[in-house]
Amino acid sequence: MTVTKAAPPRADRHDADEQQSRQHNSPLALIMLLLLVVALQGPLRGALAAPVMQSWMTVFVAVVVQALPFLVLGVLLSAALAVFVPPSFFARALPKKPALAVPVAGMAGAVLPGCECASVPVAGALVRRGVTPAAALAFLLSAPAINPIVLTATAVAFPGDPEMVLARFVASLLVACAMGWLWHRLGRSDWLRPPARPATEGPGKGAAFWGSVRHDVMHAGGFLVVGAMAAATLKAVVPEHWLRSAADNPVMAVLALAILAVVLSICSEADAFVAASLSQFSLTARLAFLVVGPMIDLKLFAMQAGTFGRGFALRFAPATLVLAVLVSVLVGAVLL
Amino acid sequence: MNRQAQAVILFLVGVAVLRAGFTDLYLRYVKAGLQPLLLLAGVVLIAAAAATLWYGRRRPRTAGGDEPEPHEGHEGGHVHREPRVSWLLVLPLVALILVAPPALGSYSAMRAGTALQEAPWGYPKLPAGDPLRLELADYAGRAVYDHGRSLGDRHVKLTGFLALDEHGTAYLVRMTLNCCAADAQPVKVGLSGELPPVLRPDTWLEVTGTYTGKQVKDPVNDGVIPFLKATEARPVKAPRDPYDESLNG
Repeated sequence: MTVTKAAPPRADRHDADEQQSRQHNSPLALIMLLLLVVALQGPLRGALAAPVMQSWMTVFVAVVVQALPFLVLGVLLSAALAVFVPPSFFARALPKKPALAVPVAGMAGAVLPGCECASVPVAGALVRRGVTPAAALAFLLSAPAINPIVLTATAVAFPGDPEMVLARFVASLLVACAMGWLWHRLGRSDWLRPPARPATEGPGKGAAFWGSVRHDVMHAGGFLVVGAMAAATLKAVVPEHWLRSAADNPVMAVLALAILAVVLSICSEADAFVAASLSQFSLTARLAFLVVGPMIDLKLFAMQAGTFGRGFALRFAPATLVLAVLVSVLVGAVLL
Repeated sequence: MNRQAQAVILFLVGVAVLRAGFTDLYLRYVKAGLQPLLLLAGVVLIAAAAATLWYGRRRPRTAGGDEPEPHEGHEGGHVHREPRVSWLLVLPLVALILVAPPALGSYSAMRAGTALQEAPWGYPKLPAGDPLRLELADYAGRAVYDHGRSLGDRHVKLTGFLALDEHGTAYLVRMTLNCCAADAQPVKVGLSGELPPVLRPDTWLEVTGTYTGKQVKDPVNDGVIPFLKATEARPVKAPRDPYDESLNG
């Protein structure tokens, strides 16, 4: 008894000590790391010269470079929300009842022009500002899928099938609201780790604003790198002809494209063009690709786990995937 | 990772992004239209680094203290995982500054199916000129969907990089891009006729030739690959933008 009681504090202190020393040494460690990499440049380049490694690196860098501006925009917006908008604003703007706040927040997603990397930090800021998590999650899911830029891109990519735009809008909004209501009914607040926050960043709004920007970029950026590595690995390793055999079976086709959307982690502004080129698949299967992709993929999963906690992401992501596939099939059956 | 180290990483990532945005390096990875956003992101990152150092310098005076990270201390087991994941930002930094991987080439092109699509607005008459310079995807579209009617026996000039399949058949390829290299897809045109004796994959060629009815099916996705009967092929420098972005509209 005494042993078990005594042990944790000691471990904590040890942890804290260790962390303290690591914190003090991190600039040094960073310099050493960068010097090491520069010194080993030659061998490093040699090892990376194989075509498979080169294509891995290119896709990895491409996903990061493509997502970074949108991440930065989302981070700026989220910092502005956190610092300059008083919490009372959201209390007034959203209906009191969570069940009503969910569809309102879902529709509000239509005004954030960006891809999914921007919506994760913004949704995190909304939760911190006291918006009910169900509404913030509906916003998180709908914003990347139903904003004007993405819908326009969809219309351009499917010139022969204008109903695709409507189907994408309806299905994405339905899934976003359903996930919001589901969270409201079944979600437990202890699954959602309240995002850590540099709350007392010293005096002044400037300090708080830039503290929030720094924290979110370092944090979400790190998880973006994790997601980009996973996406690049799968893109460079999994052969495309596996897909072809799936296209003939209608059920397999939907599942295959849903999984492909998760794996590829393509920006939601571009996924319509990729879907259009998967012409061996049915329109419903391609709708599933367009609905699943902006809501859940490897990069997003890593970023959600970073922002809201791993326990949250492990429950939220599979539920979103299942619901998105089901709703896509239903909407596809009615509209396409 | 403490604030100074974070500031250094923010600054370096910002510089790397700015450098990629001001040179043509970014065109290897993303579409040309992303340039203003990239430059903006680079500036914001550098500003965030400067602000971190600035407020970090002022803090000891105003808020007396050795309280390094209000949110990264001893609140719970999960908390110090979050600065650790930030270390991964070193990876894209190294990749972008030191390695700068090339644009996708023949390896990716031969693993993916040809992404030729019928032009929604049809195929208008070709402008004058002989030989006529054409986009590779435009030629492929006219050859497959228009059955070469608008091409006739005109000489056309196509630019692309070379890729070989396992039987040694040569293809001229251009990757089309919608957003970033993760969604890049190849459009392939087979080469017949007179070709240079030594063919090295990934070299950029300008091939002059005429339409031929020969077609093959891409083994990857059953897409149709048209052929060009080459009369002349000469190596050229890679274009400024290695990807074909004409689909962006």
